[in-house]
Amino acid sequence: MLNEADITALFITLRLAFISTLVLLVLGMPLAWWLARTQWKLKFIPEAIVALPLVLPPTVLGFYLLLALGPNGPVGGLMEAAGGRPLAFTFTGLVIGSIIYSMPFVVQPLQDAFSAIGKRPMEVAATLRASPIDRFFTVAVPLARPGFFTAAVLGFAHTIGEFGVVLMIGGNIPGQTRVASIAIYDHVEGLEYAHAHWLSATLLVLSFLLLIAVYGLNRRFRLVRQ
Amino acid sequence: MTIEVRFKARRGEFDLDIDLQLPARGFTSLFGPSGCGKTTILRAIAGLDRHPGAVIRVGEMIWQQDRFFLPTHRRSLGYVFQESSLFDHLNIRRNLEYGIKRVARENRHIALDSAIELLEIGELLQRMPATLSGGERQRVAIARALALSPQLLLMDEPLAAVDIDRKQEIIPYIESLHRELKIPVIHVSHLPEEVARLADHLVLLDSGRVKAAGDVHDMFTRLDLALAQGTEASAIIEAVVAAHDHAYQLTLMDFGGGQIAIAGTDLPVGTPARLRLAARDVSLTLEHQTGTSILNIFPAVVDDISPAGAAQVTVRLMTSQVPLIASITRKSADDLKLAPGKQVFAQIKSIALLP
Repeated sequence: MLNEADITALFITLRLAFISTLVLLVLGMPLAWWLARTQWKLKFIPEAIVALPLVLPPTVLGFYLLLALGPNGPVGGLMEAAGGRPLAFTFTGLVIGSIIYSMPFVVQPLQDAFSAIGKRPMEVAATLRASPIDRFFTVAVPLARPGFFTAAVLGFAHTIGEFGVVLMIGGNIPGQTRVASIAIYDHVEGLEYAHAHWLSATLLVLSFLLLIAVYGLNRRFRLVRQ
Repeated sequence: MTIEVRFKARRGEFDLDIDLQLPARGFTSLFGPSGCGKTTILRAIAGLDRHPGAVIRVGEMIWQQDRFFLPTHRRSLGYVFQESSLFDHLNIRRNLEYGIKRVARENRHIALDSAIELLEIGELLQRMPATLSGGERQRVAIARALALSPQLLLMDEPLAAVDIDRKQEIIPYIESLHRELKIPVIHVSHLPEEVARLADHLVLLDSGRVKAAGDVHDMFTRLDLALAQGTEASAIIEAVVAAHDHAYQLTLMDFGGGQIAIAGTDLPVGTPARLRLAARDVSLTLEHQTGTSILNIFPAVVDDISPAGAAQVTVRLMTSQVPLIASITRKSADDLKLAPGKQVFAQIKSIALLP
């Protein structure tokens, strides 16, 4: 059975995935729009930076984040100077790590969806008196809806599966930064295979149900659009 | 009131250098072969493309000049795009309302309902764009642009994406726009039939330059322009239904040069209509012929003559104030000693009522 610590770890995982996905959608939306629209010659540079977590070992990313967010790092130091505490080994630190790590999984589907719309609907909206921000929210975002679903599912699922970055910057503090994937690792290390089974199966079923639900919804939305 | 359009732009194969003064009323057609820059002009007027140094003024309104550039969404215009431009995620009613909601109440002079009625799209309001035919979609797009009560309506080949059968269905709607609403229209086309039917004012474009501009009746009969040179060369005549001859199934129509008989129609007396007289259907005589099968004979004065190939010449005639063109052989022109100022009679073999 799942013990209380495992359930807590599951909740931290879901909370982390939920918050990270939300922040990613909000931040990724303008970034993806800009990448889809800009004529800038050097646009491949931000694109490469966004895609970096796809190829970088999570431990490398985690290591640099640890340095940055720790008390001697630029971000952590700033936080300390401002009277806060460093972000390493905190839930907020985990959220920051997850956002960076899952960035390409959210930005790329959004960018593809925005590119697929083309310039025309936005021009039409401009001739119908809609300002740039107005037409972004009333035309571009609704037309890119399938892209938002894909982005949300991939971002969420990828954050649930995260291990290396979390381990590096979150440590393994029960009730605060111990997520399900690390709890499973701990169980296996401690030869508690029954616990590992329960937690793994829960994650498996949860992820599968999530994908089923969202893909089902997404298909329905596509039918409406056609 | 004029519309002033002045800009230069680099295009792939040629440079555009446009300097136009258009009347700010009636229907103006920008006419020319594909790729001559027609759409570029329309986009510049709408502010969809920004050309440095351009001047765009509509009557008292300045839309672009020096460093000033009014963004598209703040220009009082309507734009009908070449292909379907309806928003796929909104039903027809919400497509129609999208623009009008963004127009200040005091600037709404055309009720959405009257636009819906004019374009006869009341049945479609609850449907999604994807379920409409090409012709229906363009009618919705036109109604949506109209409902903005724009000071200027721009139409970029609105019939290009529509089947030939449907074109005949939409043209009357477009025509009723400027007859009933008096909104100036600038329209882009590469089809002479469309221009002949709709335009009051015509701008001929070629490779990024304005070749000529003026009243459509003059432009179709000017011998120095390509329109009067092909085998389809025709004069366009404004006429009004005067009477019906039921016994012979003829309709009599008044035009500036007299009364003309055409095949019977059911148009009510008093209806204005455009007629097209093909140059090849007009022959010339020096005396008024009698004992001929030709019904329509009008006195005319030769205005200009221009060779058209080795054997033919095209003659421009004036019947009162109305210009006509006739395509005859060079030999006939010599035999009749045609020269500008000479009195002749134009015999018109057949006339098309522009549908």
